[in-house]
Parts: sequence; C-alpha cells; structure tokens
Amino acid sequence: MARIELDGLAHAYGPRPQQPEDYALRPMTMTWQDGGAYALLGPSGCGKTTLLNIISGLVRPTQGRVLFDGRDVTELPTEARNIAQVFQFPVIYDTMNVHDNLAFPLRNRRIPETEVRRRVGQVAELLELTGDLKNRASGLSADMKQKISLGRGLVRKDVAAILFDEPLTVIDPHLKWQLRSKLKQIHHELKLSLIYVTHDQVEALTFADQVVLMYEGAVVQAGTPQALFEEPEHVFVGYFIGSPGMNLLPCTLAEGAAGLIQIGGASSAPVQLPVAAQHLERARDRGALTLGIRPEFLGCDNAPRPGAVPAVIERVDDLGNYKMATATLGGQTLRAKLPEDAAVVPGAGWLSFPPEKTKLYADSIIVR
Amino acid sequence: MKTRNNKAWFLVLPVVLSVAFSAVVPLMTVINYSVQDIIGPDQKVFVGLEWFKEVLRDPDLHGAFLRQLIYTLVVLAIEIPLGILIALSLPARGWKASLSLVLIALPLLVPFNVVGTIWQIFGRADIGLGGHLLASLGLNYNYATNPLHAWLTVILMDVWHWTPLVALLCYAGLRAIPEGYYQAAKIDGARAWAVFRFIQLPKLSGVLLIALLLRFMDSFMIYTEPFVLTGGGPGNATTFLSIYLTKLAVGQFDLGPAAAFSLVYFLIIQVVSFVLYTVIQRTTNPAAPRQDTP
Repeated sequence: MARIELDGLAHAYGPRPQQPEDYALRPMTMTWQDGGAYALLGPSGCGKTTLLNIISGLVRPTQGRVLFDGRDVTELPTEARNIAQVFQFPVIYDTMNVHDNLAFPLRNRRIPETEVRRRVGQVAELLELTGDLKNRASGLSADMKQKISLGRGLVRKDVAAILFDEPLTVIDPHLKWQLRSKLKQIHHELKLSLIYVTHDQVEALTFADQVVLMYEGAVVQAGTPQALFEEPEHVFVGYFIGSPGMNLLPCTLAEGAAGLIQIGGASSAPVQLPVAAQHLERARDRGALTLGIRPEFLGCDNAPRPGAVPAVIERVDDLGNYKMATATLGGQTLRAKLPEDAAVVPGAGWLSFPPEKTKLYADSIIVR
Repeated sequence: MKTRNNKAWFLVLPVVLSVAFSAVVPLMTVINYSVQDIIGPDQKVFVGLEWFKEVLRDPDLHGAFLRQLIYTLVVLAIEIPLGILIALSLPARGWKASLSLVLIALPLLVPFNVVGTIWQIFGRADIGLGGHLLASLGLNYNYATNPLHAWLTVILMDVWHWTPLVALLCYAGLRAIPEGYYQAAKIDGARAWAVFRFIQLPKLSGVLLIALLLRFMDSFMIYTEPFVLTGGGPGNATTFLSIYLTKLAVGQFDLGPAAAFSLVYFLIIQVVSFVLYTVIQRTTNPAAPRQDTP
C-alpha cells in the first residue's frame, strides 16, 4: 500500500515532442492517496492507459517522476514495483489450472510453497473460485478468467495498488454488476488503492471515491462524482459526464446593457440570466464564452415564472421514469430533464436557470 | 420445382482432369503394377500380394527405412528447437525485421537440386570452401568415402535448407501473441524462461504442430538433395526410402516390387500425417470455448 505521486509527468510516443499536441500525456502533477478508489475516466485515446502503464512501469515516461510513498520508482522495471494490473482482455496461462495461475506471481518471487498454498486458498475464497481451483483455466468463461487475473494481483501481499485497464469490456452485462460489486467489496475489505481506467461514466461514478477525468492527454478535473456532476470545471466535463450531457450554449456579453447575455449570435435578443455580475466581468476578454446548465437543473414550463426566459419547446419525450423536453433558445437547442408527472407540452415556454447551477465558461474553463 | 443446372460439371472439369492425370491414373497404375509380374511388353502375370511380401521382407528396405526414420527424427530434433530459437531472437518490427526475414527465407527459394549441388561443392576438400576449411584444420573430412561425414553433411544441408521454414512459422506465431500477455507476465514477475514456457510455447503449439507435420512429410520423402550430394553413398549409408525406391524402379526396372513398395511408403506417410493432423485439430479447436484473445 502506498501513496502514488506523479511529479511533472509527461509522455510522448514520438521522439522530440515540441507542441502540446505531440504529447500522449501532457505534463501533470498529482497525488493518489493510499487506499483510495480512483477512476480514470475519459474517451478512447485520451491517454488514460498510457498513464496507467507509466504507473505500473510498462511504459517509461518521457519526462517527470513517479513516486511511491516518496520513493522515486521512475527507473524501476515493472517486476521491481509492487504493482498489480488487470488488463482489458483477461490474461490467463492456458496450460495451468486455476490454482497454478493464482500461484504464478508468488512462485516467480520464490515464496515458500506452503505460504503459496495458504494465500491462493484465501484469494480463491474471496473471489469465489475455490470450487474451480483444479480446473484448467483455459476453458473458463471470460468473467472467471478476469477474476483469475484479478486474483493474481490480490495474491501478492506487497502490492501498493491494483490498476485496472477497462477490465469489464469483455464481460457480459449482467455479470458486470456482480464483478464490480465484488471489486468494491474487496476494496472495503483489503483497503487497497485501486485505479480503475474506463470510458464508461456509469462504471466510473459508481465505482470510485475520486474520479479523474482526462481529455486529450490532460487531466481536466479530479474530484468526487458529485463534484464532477454539479461543478464541472471544464466544458468537456459537462459534456462527458451525464446522460445527456450538460447544455452548452455559446454566448456573448451584450453590448451596452450590463449583465445581459446574448445566446446564438449578435442578432438575438439579449436575455437576463442569473449569472453573477462579477463573473461576467471576469469573463470579459478571456476568450469564447459558453453557458452551461445540466438538463437535470434546467426548469421548463409553459407558463411564465419569475426570472424565466422565453423559449420554444420543440418536443417532450416520455422516457418512462422521466420526461425529456427539447427547447430552443436563440437558435440553440437545450434539454431539460423533468419529472414523470410534469405537465409540459410543446409550444411557447419558459426556461428557468437556477443561479447556483448555471455555470459560465471562458475558453472552456469555468469562471469563478 | 428445382431446375438442375449441369454447367457446374463444366466448371470443375479442368480440376477433375488434371487431378485424374496427375494423381488418380498414376496411383491406379501403381496399384496395377503392384499385383502383377511384368515380364515383357504384353506379358504379365497376376501375382497377388507376392510383391508386398517380398518387399516387406527385403533387408535392404529395412535398412533404408531405419535410416529414413533416424534421419527424420534427427532433422526434426534439430530444426524445431533451432527454428524456435531463431524466431525468438529475430527483431519484432522495423526494417531490421524485414531484412532478417528476407535473409532467413533465402534457402527456401533455392531449387532442391541446386541445394544438393551447393553442398556437394561446398563440402569438397579440393574446391569447396567448407571442405577446404576443415582440411586446413587438420580434419580428414570426406563425405564421399566416410559414412559419418556423409550423414553429417546431409543433415547439415537439411537443417540449412529447412530450419528457415520452422523459424518463419514460429515468427508468425510469436507476432500473433497479444501484447497484454507479456505485460501481465511482467506484472507477475515472470522471468524470460517462464514467459517462454507458459506464454510463448503454449501459444506456439498450433504452428509448431504444423511445422512438425510439414517437416515430417518432407524429410520422410527426401530425395533430390541427398541424391545430388552423395547418390545414396558411400555404399548404402545415405540411401533413404525414396532413393532406394528409385534404384529399384528406375535402376533395376523391378516395377512390381517398386510399385508395392511405393504403396507401403505412401501408406506410412498417410497414416503419420493423419495422426499429426488429428492432433493439430484437437489442439487448435478444443471443445471448450476460448475468448481470451482480442
């Protein structure tokens, strides 16, 4: 168990990186606390696997350092780091039975055989593999194989962290839940540090205490699932987290009249939105502005309400346990997630923006 | 109602004809010869299984069969491990990989009789580089008179000629192993030997069996290279089955025994190949579902 620190870490697969675009992983400094359950979330190709492989030592970073409990391990090979990793595709040793698969990391480290048997027994118990110990591993189903891969990590006493690289990709949907709750249970029982790479936000948000969201090789926000949902620091966080994602409206400050915002070009009528005046002031000249509000927080009604902005409700879809209203405002489309019993119909309508949930972004970054 | 369309016959006719003339007709002729004594152009006597009995009792054939078996086992025992070793040591990608693959494949492109000629000249003490080198080291090397030297030369020639095939097959097999296996092995602290024993060798088992099958069939039927190199000599030292068969059929015109011999020979290769093929099928398509590779 250890605290993992990344110090000015960056990686480029090509030689001589010059521009930020040359980096698969842009320079970053961050700390992963001991015993935490972290999810590394982001779209494919954002650098999450690269980051994971740098921590485990499979990839050597172009620059920066990796520290385990303050000890520099950047130059250490994977074998010498106390790290376990579970891969996207289950890796099992075909010719061995389940017991020998689990014993493999211990036998490679020359642990006495009695100790090996004891620990394999414990891990098999934990993962509910006891009945299969004598079976050949190659004939098992994908979720069993993935459990074995996980077991090879758990069987070692010395692991500082277990890294997961999209481990549930090849698992049947109904087994994903089981395996994920197994992981949570193991995390609670063993207090291991877990870093879990995924591009599935549901997986990340349900699994982790801390979610690290990556985009184009950089960490855009790290925080609790709640923080990522309620306070996206970057428009990408708003867009990526949530289903559907945040309503993002390109906007400009209205000329002349203070405190007014124009949505959808200069020709549209300026509207009064509950964005703090000092935020508007601070956003001036900091680049393109975007207004963000989550569909869950956007109010939508056919009757005017105080502070609401007139808009056109295009469609209201009943999605079973909630309703989804689609509205246009200044040529921009917004969605509002409404309760199942909301009596909203297409036609003229009013959108209300709760002040504390309405965010302003300048050049994609939140204005505070 | 189904209409019958006989045009398909027209399409398969070329294949049927060529197979008939290249395989079926000669085979029928051989079977025909094997049960008759051909005395003259229009004089033949049906002798039943007489030739088979004679051939199976022939001590020269027993000798040739034993030599053939030893030869095949020796070349397999050298070429398979050596091929794996070469494949493991080749670079995985880049221009170096392409270059070494081309260089390694060169012996496979040399016609069989040219291979024999190359080694025949190479081994000669008077004009051959290899023979001259050995002679200058004080070794009395002469494949034309010393049976052991003849054997060593023939085996070395086969290893030179055919190890590349094993190496190329293994190389392809190695490249097909997903990177994740090597990464997991690193995480598990496996050393090079464990990686070979528990990842590479099991994943290569399919191609290795194919290599084994191909090398068994080819080495068991070898003719041209040793014939060019030693002519089966000195004495009968390197007279393998094919060479003996040719001596019997072409040299002595004993068509009956030669035909019976051919059939026995054919049968041996069929049986062993069938056994190997069945094993391959079992190993590459096990009953249990496999979902471990992307």
